Parts: sequence; structure tokens; C-alpha cells
Amino acid sequence: MDVVLVNLAGAGLIALIVWYFWLSKSAGTSADVASGGVQEASIVVKGGYTPDTIRVQAGRPVRLVFNRQETDPCSERVVLDAFGLSAELPEGADVALEFTPTRAGSYEFACQMGMLRGKVIVS
Amino acid sequence: MAYGVTMRMTNTKSGAGLQDPVCGMTVGPDALRLEDHPGVGFCSEHCRRAFVADPQRYCDVDDAGARHGADLGEDDVRARIAVDRGAASFAEPAGRDGTGKIHLSVEGMTCASCVSTVEAALTAVPGVIDARVNFAANSATVDTATVVPTSVLTAAVVAAGYQATPVDEDADADPDVAQAETRRRYRLLLHRFWFAAAVSLPVIYFSYPEIFPGVPEKGSTALWWIWLGMGIVTVPVLAWSASQFFTGAWAAFRHRSANMYTLVATGISAAWLYSTVAVLAPGFFPDEILRDVFYDVTAVVTALVVLGMALELRARARTSEAMKKLIGLQAKTARVIRGGDEVDVPIDEVVVGDEVVVRPGEKIPVDGQVLSGSSAVDESMVTGEPIPVEKLAGDTVIGATINRTGSFRFRATRVGKETMLAQIIRMVRDAQGSKAPIQRTVDKVSGYFVPAVLIVAVSTFMIWYTFGPSPALVYAVITTVTVLVIACPCALGLATPTSLMVGIGKGAENGILIRSGDALETAHRIDTVVVDKTGTITRGRPSLTDVRPFGAHTEEEVLRFAASAERRSEHPLGEAIVRGAQDRHVALVDPDRFSAVPGHGIEARVDGHDVVLGTIKLMAERGIAADPAEPELAELAELGKTAMIVAVDGELAGLVAVADTLKDDSTEAIARLHRLGLEVVMLTGDNHRTAQAIARQVGIDRVLAEVLPDEKAAQIRRLQAEGRTVAMVGDGINDAPALAQADVGLAMGTGTDVAMESGDITLVKGSLTGVATAIELSKATMRNIRQNLVGAFTYNTLGVPVAAGALFPAFGILLSPLIAGAAMAFSSVTVVSNANRLRRFRPSHREEVT
Repeated sequence: MDVVLVNLAGAGLIALIVWYFWLSKSAGTSADVASGGVQEASIVVKGGYTPDTIRVQAGRPVRLVFNRQETDPCSERVVLDAFGLSAELPEGADVALEFTPTRAGSYEFACQMGMLRGKVIVS
Repeated sequence: MAYGVTMRMTNTKSGAGLQDPVCGMTVGPDALRLEDHPGVGFCSEHCRRAFVADPQRYCDVDDAGARHGADLGEDDVRARIAVDRGAASFAEPAGRDGTGKIHLSVEGMTCASCVSTVEAALTAVPGVIDARVNFAANSATVDTATVVPTSVLTAAVVAAGYQATPVDEDADADPDVAQAETRRRYRLLLHRFWFAAAVSLPVIYFSYPEIFPGVPEKGSTALWWIWLGMGIVTVPVLAWSASQFFTGAWAAFRHRSANMYTLVATGISAAWLYSTVAVLAPGFFPDEILRDVFYDVTAVVTALVVLGMALELRARARTSEAMKKLIGLQAKTARVIRGGDEVDVPIDEVVVGDEVVVRPGEKIPVDGQVLSGSSAVDESMVTGEPIPVEKLAGDTVIGATINRTGSFRFRATRVGKETMLAQIIRMVRDAQGSKAPIQRTVDKVSGYFVPAVLIVAVSTFMIWYTFGPSPALVYAVITTVTVLVIACPCALGLATPTSLMVGIGKGAENGILIRSGDALETAHRIDTVVVDKTGTITRGRPSLTDVRPFGAHTEEEVLRFAASAERRSEHPLGEAIVRGAQDRHVALVDPDRFSAVPGHGIEARVDGHDVVLGTIKLMAERGIAADPAEPELAELAELGKTAMIVAVDGELAGLVAVADTLKDDSTEAIARLHRLGLEVVMLTGDNHRTAQAIARQVGIDRVLAEVLPDEKAAQIRRLQAEGRTVAMVGDGINDAPALAQADVGLAMGTGTDVAMESGDITLVKGSLTGVATAIELSKATMRNIRQNLVGAFTYNTLGVPVAAGALFPAFGILLSPLIAGAAMAFSSVTVVSNANRLRRFRPSHREEVT
């Protein structure tokens, strides 16, 4: 009896892991950037990116200002591979990445090891 | 503004109720008050202090926001001076810092009203058009109309009661600060390790009553008390030594991601919880044998992983050593002429056009052009060229290089972020942050890795619980914890970036600037190197190679007539002859008469003699018999030289020949490329004969001659169509399309212009040897990355199943979680240490430093 219960609980836990880490990704916070001039968004870096989804419009400059609020070396660099940009993030300092997306699409930014991820959605 | 709170400075006297005169907020009657100003209230202590410091300033504010341009108060000045002590003097013009947009990091803001206080303080600084404060990010952006020193802005913020530091847009993290931070973190990790290790020893001893003598036997009351004590002492291990696992895991969990911390935190807390239940609620486990403790796993795994993190941190600090060295090269001060005197000024205050004085042994502070004096300059730190370079008036000098022998003055041409060194630093930093294509594959894996390990861990538990031998629960817990602890996503994640970091940094040390991980990775696959002739293999400017006298004339005479006649010529061939004569110490005279015959030569009168210099056709026109020279003309042409006939007073006197000469190291460089197994192709617009002559001299077997500039890219395409991976080496200006077409474009740098835009790789020292070094470095780096990736993949793909007990059914082997913890801790250290081996990279051949 207890074997059945343990296995059921285990299967449930696995389902939960799959759902939480892989399937529910779209639930991330997103930031819509107001129109006019440079589209700017501040991103706090702490175990991940907050917000991790930035919506911007194509053809206008974008400035992402990162502020890393942890000492964990994993997040010490952010890479926006599609635009060939990267920056070191000293703890507590504002560091800006600026670029102008020309085409719509989803562009990922991540830590150097690809563990922390966020994306810029250009429409 | 999408995130956080941004407020603009608003007008101060509007609305009902009490008004905070500093930030303009309407405040209730219970707000902070001042006895002598009954009409006002304050939202916060910050605002109250700001008001007390200078009531006049806030009382006199008019409705139109007249604080714009107001003078700073006494406190502001005091604060400004305090700030300025460490930075530039505020009485001086601030130079370049401060035009346009300035970012500040602001500390100490507690409420939204602080935002308007800071904005008001900033907008009050003369020259500031607008200031925006982002409360969430603790930052301010200031738009300025004129030059405003950042020190004045920070002083204004300090005067308002907050702390401010300027933020560099492309922040070069101050290496000293970063180093101090690394040291601090390293020490903290070591302390945490020692604590966990100290707890581990007795915990291990009392965990194995069957093994160690003197431990009370299992089931005894004495041992129960000891175990209870162990449960208690491991709490601070979890709370302090292992705290980063829990905070890291939680931060990731909130972002729906998982990392190494998730695994370790889950593993060690599972072990602790099981043990604690066994001690405090033994009734939960019906079987006596299940009542066991694993506090040793909690303590030892924490100690090992924390030690691993400390070692990894130290190893990682070394990966950026090349970068630190580059930043450290920057000069701190410069000796410039101001008002006729030599004065030492901070490097930030040197402006373009300044006359700078450099003495022997000193560092050249900025880029410039030599005005007077001469010296030998050691440029090895920037170009990788070990031999000092002679500098004379008119030559360019590079900032951060070392003046060796003489004194000279030069005019600053590039300062601050424009200097070559600053550009190199920027480029190296960007490249180190870029990704090699190989990593994009790893990235796909790393997103799934940790949750996958969690799933494997749960499955392991289920399988052991269902099919395992008795006591199944103990086995299930142990194997699950072992799986969680052994998996190391860090080793995988670190494999590529650390090697890339070291490889690109090493390149910079050798005068090879690699623009991206992409370029570095492609370079190792190159099988064909296309080299532009002019300016790459050769010097790109003609020089005198042969003087052949005829009849009674001597070599010196022929050269003297030819060079004196050409003295007024502006043709490059003429200049080459004059330079050649000067180099051979031939005394020249000014010609009395000079006329050029375009396309054919010149006529001049030198020392009372009529001199004709030019082609055989020109001689024929002037009725000069030049037949005897014809065989020699043909011979020189065969060697790729341009020969001219010299006639004096209507008679053949001799021949002079000029040619574009080889760079000193071209032959050796091409031999090195051949040794690497690469085919070298020469590309040139010259005719076949000249091209072949040069090719023979340097040992190139394939020549593409008479290629027009706009056909170069097409030639590269043709080679690529043959299935080759092609590198193109060119000067970056004329060859830009071909450089872009090639799989890897290598641009030769000249002077202080490193032509970074046009190439994937820039060779700072304009020498072909850099091509071979770049390819060698690329191969070494890719080999290193592969070792790391194979190591990390193998470790994880073997480690996880073994931890899960894959070897148990056949061999009865089960991994201890303690060993798993040790393996995990040292796998990432191994990866970083292996990347650091690349620091020992040396080009295959290098001239000795003399």
C-alpha cells in the first residue's frame, strides 16, 4: 500500500517539476515600455531577471538598465547574443545595454552560462 | 518607464494641507515639523535635514521652479570640496566628463519623495537640463547642456542627504574594487568552510557506531542524546555555511528556474530532515533499522561544496587576469605644457591638442604624434612586438606604452575613451562576453539540466523504495541525496565561457584582438589563408633596391644624379630613390631645373649636367642609346622590380630599381602558416610577373594576380565554393569587402588605428606572424573548450547514474553522498583550472626579446 502511495506521490512530484520549470514559463513578469524616445526598462538581477520579459517596438532604440543585487558570480555578466552585446554587472551598479531592434521577434538575454534567462519581445 | 517609480520634479506650492517645501509632497498634520517654520511639514527626515541645512533656498522658491540655476548652498560647497579631494579639482574645467547624459548611482533613498529631492538637487546644478531618478534601481540620469563635472553632480546629491557615485555607461569595473570584492567573498566562503568542516569531524565520528570505537551503541540513550546534539550543531551549518545554497535556490525558484544551489539545498536539507525525524519522532519509522541519521551528509557536503566554490572563485579571478593587466596599463598622470610650464595633471584632464612631455622610463600617457625629440618605445604591452620601436618627429605614439631611451614631446591626438588602449579594452571585454557557437548547444542543454536531475532524483527514490533491498527507505533517501549532490551544472556552464575568457585575453597580450567567440571558434577550422600582398606581405611603399652603373660611372655617382634630379619629385618612386640615397649617405644637391614627363620619367639639371631618368621609351624619344641596359631591365622586371634608366648628358649612365620590399618577418610568418598545414594564397592587383617574384621570395605557391579591388571578395567566394574555410588577411580599408566575405577576416592594424570595425580579428602589430599566432591560439582554445565540455558531460552522464545506484544490481557498488559531494565540488574547479592552463599559451615561434 505504502509503495503505491510513494510512487503516486513521486509521479505527482515529477509532473509538478515538469510543469513548474518547463511548461509554465510564460507566466513570467513582463514590462511594456511606454512610447516616445528611448524605450527604457530597468531589470533587477537576483537569481533571475525581474522582469524577465520586456516588450518593445521595432525601429526605436532600447535601453535595458541592469542592476545586479547579489554576489553570486553566476550572474556577473549578461549577454544579449542576438545583438552581440554583453556587459559585466558589478554588484549594485546600473549598467545599460543599448540597441535598436529592426525586426520583430523574440531575443534572449542570459547570463554567460545560460542559466538565467530573459527575453526581449520586439513587435 | 516600465519598472520602478520614476517621478519628475514637480512644482512645490500647490494643493491644500501642509506642504513639504523640499519635495513638494502634501503631508498630513502629523508629519515632521520645525518649530520656527510652522507652515511647513516634511515627508521624511531626509527632506527635513535638507531644509534645515538651507531654509532660505526652499523658502524662496517661486512657482516657476526658480531653483534651476540657483547657487549651491554652503553645505553643497563643502560636500563638493570633499568629493573633489579625491577627484579632479572643481575650479578647473572638467574636461570631457559630463557632457550629454550622465548616469549616477544614488544610495539612501527611502521613499518616493526622496526621488523628487534628488531630482531637484540635480536640476539645480547649473548646466543641467533635466534629471530623472529611478527609485527602484537607485539611479539617476542627468541631461546636461554644457560640460558639467560629475563631481559637482554627486556633490549636489550628497548635499541633499544621499550618496551618489557616477556610473560609467560601459562600466569598466574598477579592477581594484572588483579584486577587493573577490577577496572578501573568498574569505567569507573560507570561513564558512572551516565552520562546516569543524562541525563535520565529530558528526562523522558519532554517525558510525559500527565503525568507530568508543561511540555508544546504536539504540542507546547516550547515542540518542549525541544525535540530538548533532542535529542542533548542524543547524548553524545550514543557516550560515550553506546559506547561499538556500538563498540562491529560492531566488532561482521564484524565477521558475533551478540551478546548482537547488540541487545542493534539496540534498542537504533532505538528509537533515530525515535524520531529525529519526531522532525526534522515531515512531514514524516502524522498523528499528530505519532510525538512522545522516547529519554527516549535511555537514560534509556543505563543507566540500563551499570549499569548491571558494577555490572556483579564486581560479575564476585568474581567468580575467589579462583584462586586469590591460586596465592596469593606463597611465595615471601626464606631464603637459600649460601656460609654458610643465605640469603634472591627472590623465582625465589631458585634452586633444595638449603638448605632452615624456622622459626616459616613463609611460606615454595618451595617443599622439611626436613633435620633437626621439626615442625607442616599448610597445609590447599593446602590440605584442617585443622589440622597441624607434620614434622620431611625426611618428605616432600609443598611450600606455613605455618610453625607453630618449625624451620627447608629443601632441595628444586621442584621449580618454578614444585612445587605442581604451578601444582595445572595450573590444576585449565585449569579446569575452560573447558566445562561441559551441556554447549555444550547451545552452540548450543547461535549461533542462537541473529539472531533469530533479526528476532523476525522484525516480531514483521511487525505484529504490519499490524494488530496493531492506531497509528500502534508507537506501532510497541515500541514493536520492547522492544524485542531487553529484550533478554539477556549473561544470557544464563554465566550460566554454572560462576558456573563451582566457583565450581572448591571451590574444590581447599577444597583440591579437579577437572580436567574438564566433571568430575564435571559426579560426580553428581555417584551411586556407588568403593574404593581400601590398601592405601585408610587403611594406606597401616602394624603396630603392638596386643601383647599376654603366660605363665610367660609379654606383654613388649614378645614385647622386638620380636622387638629386628626383629631389623635387612628388612621385612615390622618386621619393623612394631620394630616401634610398639618404640612407646610403649620398650627398644630394638641389636640381637647377626640373620637369616631369608624366608616365615616363623626369628631366633635370644637376650640377651643370643634364639628367634624364625614366623608361626606355623616354630615352628613345630623347635620342639616348639605352640598348646595353635592356637585358638588365628585363632581369629586374623578372624580380618584380620597377627599373629606371639614368642618362647623364645624353649618355647612358646606369639603372636604378625600386620595389615594394618584404616586411622582415613575412617569410617566417608564411613558413609558420605552412607548418600549421594551411594553404597560403596571395591576392594582388599587381601583374603576374611581379606577384610571382614576391611569392617566390616568401614561399607562397598559389597566386591570384591582377585582381581588381572590387573582385577580391569574389575571389574569396570562389575559394569558399571549393569547400575551403577561408581566412582573409588585409589592411582593413581597401580590403573591407573581402574581409567581410571571408570566414574569418584578419585586419592588419597600423599606427594607432586598429581598424577594429572591419575585421573579425585585428592584428595590432601590422605583421603576418600574428595570423599564425591567432590560428594557433584559436586551436588551443577550442581544444581546451572541448576538453572541458567532454569532461563535464562525461562526469555528469556517468556520475548521475552511478549515484542513482546503476552499479548496485551487478556489483553491489553504491556511492557515498560524501564522495559525491567531493566530486561535485571539484568538478567545476577542475574545469576552471583547465581553462587557466591556456594562460601558458605561447606562439610557436617568437623572436627573443633583446
